[in-house]
Amino acid sequence: MTIFRNAVFLAALAGLVAGLALALLQTFTTVPLILQAETYETSAPAPAADHSHAAGTPAHDHAAPAEDAHGHDGWMPADGFERFAFTLGANIVSGIGFALLLVTLSEASGGIASWRQGLLWGLGGFAAFTLAPGLGLPPELPGMPAADLVARQVWWLGAVVATGAGLWLLALARSPLASLAGVALLVAPHLVGAPQPVSHETAVPAGLHHDFVVAVTVTNLLFWLVLGAAAGALRSRLDMGAAPRLEGRPA
Amino acid sequence: MTTTTVSQTATSSTGRRVQLGLAALLGFFIVGFTGLSQVEAVHNAAHDYRHSLGFPCH
Repeated sequence: MTIFRNAVFLAALAGLVAGLALALLQTFTTVPLILQAETYETSAPAPAADHSHAAGTPAHDHAAPAEDAHGHDGWMPADGFERFAFTLGANIVSGIGFALLLVTLSEASGGIASWRQGLLWGLGGFAAFTLAPGLGLPPELPGMPAADLVARQVWWLGAVVATGAGLWLLALARSPLASLAGVALLVAPHLVGAPQPVSHETAVPAGLHHDFVVAVTVTNLLFWLVLGAAAGALRSRLDMGAAPRLEGRPA
Repeated sequence: MTTTTVSQTATSSTGRRVQLGLAALLGFFIVGFTGLSQVEAVHNAAHDYRHSLGFPCH
């Protein structure tokens, strides 16, 4: 299981670096906007140790009568350091998850040869995981109306898989028919269309949402570029069992 | 997936693909768990992360 072990090791290193970078970026970009949006969910400021929201607030899609507006009836981290720590943990863990997908998919086509090539693989990941799903389902702030969660998750996953497969065909397949299929796969999720809420009316200001969409898109672009570059730079130090033409002398 | 990878190293091509497939599956489960899990506590713990990555939330 050398290949499995090395793929996991490479993904863990690259994911750790990129996840840390992403969490630090979010602290200054997206998280302040999320906290700001939460103030629109309730007429009074949320209690310090709880970011839940008053029941029956306007413009929330499923305000439960006896619960807070999110239906958050379970455990949640306390605001402040605990909340940051869990966000940091989620970023690092999923950074490793995204890295595993990037590393294994790239290994299936010869592997990432250098940090420079890693940037291109990172761009692919950004297009599949951020750009394409974000067109149909723009990043949401708390308090914004949205369609059924499961329906959105299904569309989101479909958009990611179709875009990834489409890019794969465009970049790596040789026949014109495959290129055509690649274009079709890139367009398909948007022809199907993402589930939309009945009304887009919300107490969250449009300007705040605009800033959030830009912040999410740019931070994720940087995350994927760092992830791809880190995976490309570290790969030459590990035996990935790939075709020799892509393997330099181990450093 | 019509691409075939020709491996010229000691690891057999099939064995390599199985191992990469397992690693990809692990990655898929990790991303699914942190980003899409419906478990309330997981959602709350990863709340800001999910919003910041554009995952469908709430």
